[in-house]
Amino acid sequence: MSDELTNSQLGAMAYDPAPESASIARIKPAYGLFINGEFSDPSSHEAFVTLNPATEEPLASVAQASTADVDRAVYAARRAYDTVWSKTTGAERSKYLFRIARIIQERSRELAVVETLDNGKPIRESRDIDIPLAAAHFFYYAGWADKLDHAGFGPDPKPLGVAGQIIPWNFPLLMAAWKLAPALAAGNTCVLKPAETTPLSALILAEILQQAELPEGVVNIITGDGSTGAALVDHPGVDKIAFTGSTEVGRLIQQRVATSHKHLTLELGGKGANIVFEDAPIDEMIEGIIDGIFFNQGHVCCAGSRLLVQESVADDVLRRLIRRVDQLRVGDPLDKNTDVGAINSAAQLARIKELTAYGEEEGATRYTSTCSLPDKGYWFAPTVFADVSQSHRIAREEIFGPVLSVLTFRTPEEAVAKANNTNYGLACGVWSEKGSRTLWVAERLRAGVVWANTYNRFDPTSPFGGVRESGFGREGGRHGLEAYLNV
Amino acid sequence: MSEDRLDVRKTYKLLINGAFPRSESGRSYEVTSAKGEFLANVAQGSRKDVRDAVVAARAAQSKWWAQSAYNRGQVIYRLAEMAESRRDELAEHVRLGEGLASKKAKVSVSRAIDRIVWYAGWTDKIAQILGSSNPVAGPFFNFSVPAPSGVVGVLAEQDSSLEAFVNAVLAPIAVGNTVVAVASEKRPTPAVLLGEMTATADFPAGLLNIVTGFTGEVAPTLASHEDVDGIDLTGVDEAFADELAQLAAGSIKRVLRPGPSEDASLRRLRAFVEISTVWHTIGQ
Amino acid sequence: MQLPSGSTVPAVENETQLRALLGGLSGVDAVGAEARAAKLATRSLKKSTKLAALDLAISMVDLTTLEGADTPGRVTSLCTKAMHPDPSDSGVPHVAAACVYPDLVAHARHVLGASPVKVAAVATSFPSGRASLNVKLLDVREAVSAGADEIDMVIDRGAFLSGRLGQVFDEVVAVKEACGSTHLKVILETGELVTYDNVRRASWIAMLAGADFIKTSTGKVGVNATLPTALVMLEAVRDFAETTGVVVGVKVAGGIRSAKDALRYLVVINETVGSAWLSPDRFRFGASSLLNDLLMQRLKQRRGVYVRPDEFSGD
Repeated sequence: MSDELTNSQLGAMAYDPAPESASIARIKPAYGLFINGEFSDPSSHEAFVTLNPATEEPLASVAQASTADVDRAVYAARRAYDTVWSKTTGAERSKYLFRIARIIQERSRELAVVETLDNGKPIRESRDIDIPLAAAHFFYYAGWADKLDHAGFGPDPKPLGVAGQIIPWNFPLLMAAWKLAPALAAGNTCVLKPAETTPLSALILAEILQQAELPEGVVNIITGDGSTGAALVDHPGVDKIAFTGSTEVGRLIQQRVATSHKHLTLELGGKGANIVFEDAPIDEMIEGIIDGIFFNQGHVCCAGSRLLVQESVADDVLRRLIRRVDQLRVGDPLDKNTDVGAINSAAQLARIKELTAYGEEEGATRYTSTCSLPDKGYWFAPTVFADVSQSHRIAREEIFGPVLSVLTFRTPEEAVAKANNTNYGLACGVWSEKGSRTLWVAERLRAGVVWANTYNRFDPTSPFGGVRESGFGREGGRHGLEAYLNV
Repeated sequence: MSEDRLDVRKTYKLLINGAFPRSESGRSYEVTSAKGEFLANVAQGSRKDVRDAVVAARAAQSKWWAQSAYNRGQVIYRLAEMAESRRDELAEHVRLGEGLASKKAKVSVSRAIDRIVWYAGWTDKIAQILGSSNPVAGPFFNFSVPAPSGVVGVLAEQDSSLEAFVNAVLAPIAVGNTVVAVASEKRPTPAVLLGEMTATADFPAGLLNIVTGFTGEVAPTLASHEDVDGIDLTGVDEAFADELAQLAAGSIKRVLRPGPSEDASLRRLRAFVEISTVWHTIGQ
Repeated sequence: MQLPSGSTVPAVENETQLRALLGGLSGVDAVGAEARAAKLATRSLKKSTKLAALDLAISMVDLTTLEGADTPGRVTSLCTKAMHPDPSDSGVPHVAAACVYPDLVAHARHVLGASPVKVAAVATSFPSGRASLNVKLLDVREAVSAGADEIDMVIDRGAFLSGRLGQVFDEVVAVKEACGSTHLKVILETGELVTYDNVRRASWIAMLAGADFIKTSTGKVGVNATLPTALVMLEAVRDFAETTGVVVGVKVAGGIRSAKDALRYLVVINETVGSAWLSPDRFRFGASSLLNDLLMQRLKQRRGVYVRPDEFSGD
C-alpha cells in the first residue's frame, strides 16, 4: 500500500463548531401539569428538575403529578370525552389534527432544539427525523379521522374512551405523536405521561394544543416519575393503556390491567438482528449497520444491536465497519455535524457500562471508537464487540446504547435461527441483492418489522410494533387505528 | 372602502400549465348571476385550449405521481388553507351564480373546503384501502398496488359550481392523476377562483387545468383525445354522455358516467385508478 | 471489496478476465447511496473550516470553456482568470487548470507560459466520443504535442451499454499510451450510464486500464455530476487504492455552480476517502461559473457582508 494512502485520514478536515443556538428553545424555568387545557400546579407542589444530559445542567423544573393529579387529569379527559369530543364529527377532529401538524411544522426548529437539549440526541436527528416525523404522524392520522368507515374495521367503529399513554425518553415528541394522533383521530381523549428525563417537548406540545384551540381536556399531559405512570395504569376511569418502554415494565403493566376492562397495547424492548449476506451492497450496508445501532445513541427499541454476518465476508465487513465507527463524530448534540450525542441519563449510562463489562468478561473482542468524549455530561463511545456468541449476555440483553455485537452465520437457515433465538421480536434487517432470499428470510423472521437493505426507517403509514416479548399492538398505518377503536 | 370608489374588475381566464391565459381563440362569453345580472366576461375556451391543457397535464402527471403521497396530501391541504382564506369571496360567487341565500352559499363553501381536506387525507391512504397482499398458492410474494390512470378529463357539474367541482377534480388528483376540467358553463367563476388558489398552493403547473366555455363545444375534443386516459361525464345530460362515451371508447378510456356526485364515497377515488400486481419469488 | 488485495493492478488480458474482476464488485443500493450523500450534504462548514475549504475548492477548479464559439480571445480571458482569479487579492490561489478544446491548447499554453496552471484538453472526439479509435488517438496526440498537461478523454458509452466492456478498456489503454506522461482523466459520462452499478463498473474499467483520474461528465448531457455519483466513484478509488496500492483521482464536472455545492463534495471526499484526496492532485471541479461564486463566498466570509457579483470578472 502506498504511503499516500496510509497517510490519508478519514475526516482529517476538521469542522469548526457549527452549533445550533440553544436560545431558540425558549424553555420556561418551570412547568406545571397540563390538565383541562391549562397549566396548573400539582396538588403536592412537588417538582423535579430535568437536565441537559450533554452538560448535566438543569433545563427546567417540572411538576411531579400525584395520584390526585392523575385523578384530576383522567376526570378532565372523561368529561371532555362525554361532553365534547365524542360529539365532534370526524371532519372536525380531522381539522384539529391538521392544525396540530401545521403548528408542529411551524415551530419545528424550536422543538428540535428543545428535544436535543432535553434528550441529548444530535440536532441533525431531531431536526431531520424526530420533528418532521411527528408532524407527519399528525398529518397522516388527521386524514383518518373522517374516514374511519373505510379503515376496514366495519361500519362506524367506536372509540374506546379515555386513553392513558405512557411514553419513553428516546423519541419524546415523536412517541407523543405516535400515541396522541391515532387516539384523537379515532375519537378518544388522552392522558399522556412523558418520560421523567424528557418531559419538555411534550410540554411545548401542550402549548401547541392550546394554539390549535383543541377543546380543553381532550389531551392532558402530566409529568412525573414511575409512580405517576403506575397511578395512571391503575386508574379505573381509564379505558385504554398504551405503553412504550421496557419489557420489564410492560410485563408489570400487563399484570396490573389483566383483570380490568382496560384495553392494552405494549411496545417494548428488542434485540434486533441485522443480517448481512455476502452479496449485500457493501457500502450502503455499512451505513445501514451504523444507522441501525448508532442512530439516537442506540437508544432505539428496534436497534440493530446484533449484527449477523455471513462468515465468508465477516473479516471485510468488520474492517470496514470499524473504520466507519472511528469516523463517527461524537459530542455536542447541538452541533449540526454531530453524529452521536449524549447518553440520556446517568442511570442509562451505568446500565450500558455494566452490560459492556460483561461483554469483555465473557470473552468478546471489544473495539471502542477512538473519538474523544466531553468532560461533562453522560457519554459512551461507540463500541463494537466481535467474536460474540449467542450465549453472551451482550447478545441476549437489550443494552439500549451505542454498542453492537457481531456474530457470524453460514447459511440462510442458520441466520434465521440465530436471529429468532431471542425472546424479543421487534425488528430485523436483511442485507442482500437477492430479493428472493430476502423475502424467504423475512417470512421466517419472528419480528414485527423487517427492513431490507435499509434500517431504522419510520413512516406514519407503516405499522410498527413487536411480536413475543417486544409487545403487541401496532402504531402507524391503518393498523394503528385498531389500538384505539372498540373493534 | 369608500362608497364612491370605482371597483377594479377582474378578467376571468383559463388555467393551463400553471399560467392564466385568455383563450387562444380570443373569445369570451357573458356570464350572469342566477337573477340574470351581468357578472363577468369569461374566457370561452376552444378545442385548441383543450389540446394545450392535455399536453400540460400529461407532462405534469409523472412528476405529480413521483412526489410522495405525504407531499401530495400537503399540497391538497394547502389548497384548503388558501380556499379558507378566500372563503367570503367564494361564497359571494356561489351566492350570485347559484342564486342561494348568503348563509346557504357559505355552508356550501364550507362543505367544499372540508371536502378538499377530506381528499388531502386520501393521498397516503388509498393504497392501504385499494391495495392488497395476495396469498397465492406457491412460493411467491404477491401484492397489488393502485396507480393513477394518468390524465383525466372532467366535465364538471353544471348546477353546483364549487362543491361538485371540488369533488370531481380533487378525486382524480388525490390518487395521482392530473386533470383537465371544463367548468360549469353558466357558473364558472367559483372554479376560476379555485384555479387561482392553486397557484399559491404549491400545485405544480399542469396538475389542474381549467377550461371555461361551452361544454358542448369542447367536450367532444376531450372525450376523443387519445392522450386522455379517463373522463368524468358528470356535467352533461344522458344523451350527450352516451355520445361522449362512444368517443371515449376509441382509446379505451375509463369513463365515469353521471351519478350521485355529492357523496364522499370511494366511487370517484376508484374511478381513475389502475391496479398493478407484482409477483416475486421467495426462496433461499 | 471481494477483489484480492495486492500491491499491483491486476493484469487484464482479455474481456473474460475483465468480467471476472468486475463480477467481484459489490452492487450499489441506489436508495442507500443517495441517502448517504444527502446526509453528508447536511454537514455545516463554518468559520476557518469554510475559509480553508473555499480556497481549497478554488485550487481544484479546472476552469473550463468548451463552446463552439470559443476563440483565442476567449481563451486568453479564461487563462488570465485561471492564474489570478481575484487580482485584488494575492492570497487567492490559482486554479488547477484551464480546460479547452484541443485546437486551442497551443494558445492556452502560450498565455499560461510558466504559470503552474495546467492546460487540460478534452480529446477523443469530445463530448460524444463517436469516432474511430484512430481519429480519437490523433486527437489526443495533437493535443499532447500542442502542450497539453492533461487529457480529458471520454469512454465509449455505446460500447459499455452494449456490453463490449473489453473495447472500453482497450480504448482507455490505447489513449493512455498515446498520452505518454501526460495526465489522463477518463470521463465516464455517468448521466448516460444511468445506474450506480454501471458507474462503479465503469470506474473500475477506467482504473484498471490506467486512468490517472476518473471524471463524471462532459457537462454536455442532461444529467451531470451529482453528489451520490461522486460518492460511488470515490468509494471506487478508495477500494482500488486498497486493492492495488494505486491512487486515482476524481473529477466532478457539469452543473456545479455554487460554493455550497462544491463544499459538499469536499465533505464527501473527507468522509469517504480522506485527506489524501483533499488536494488538486487528487480532486478537481470541472466548472466555469463556480469560480466566481467561490470568490464571492470567500469575500463574504472576510467582509462579513454579501458582495456584488460585479466584484469579479465575468471571465
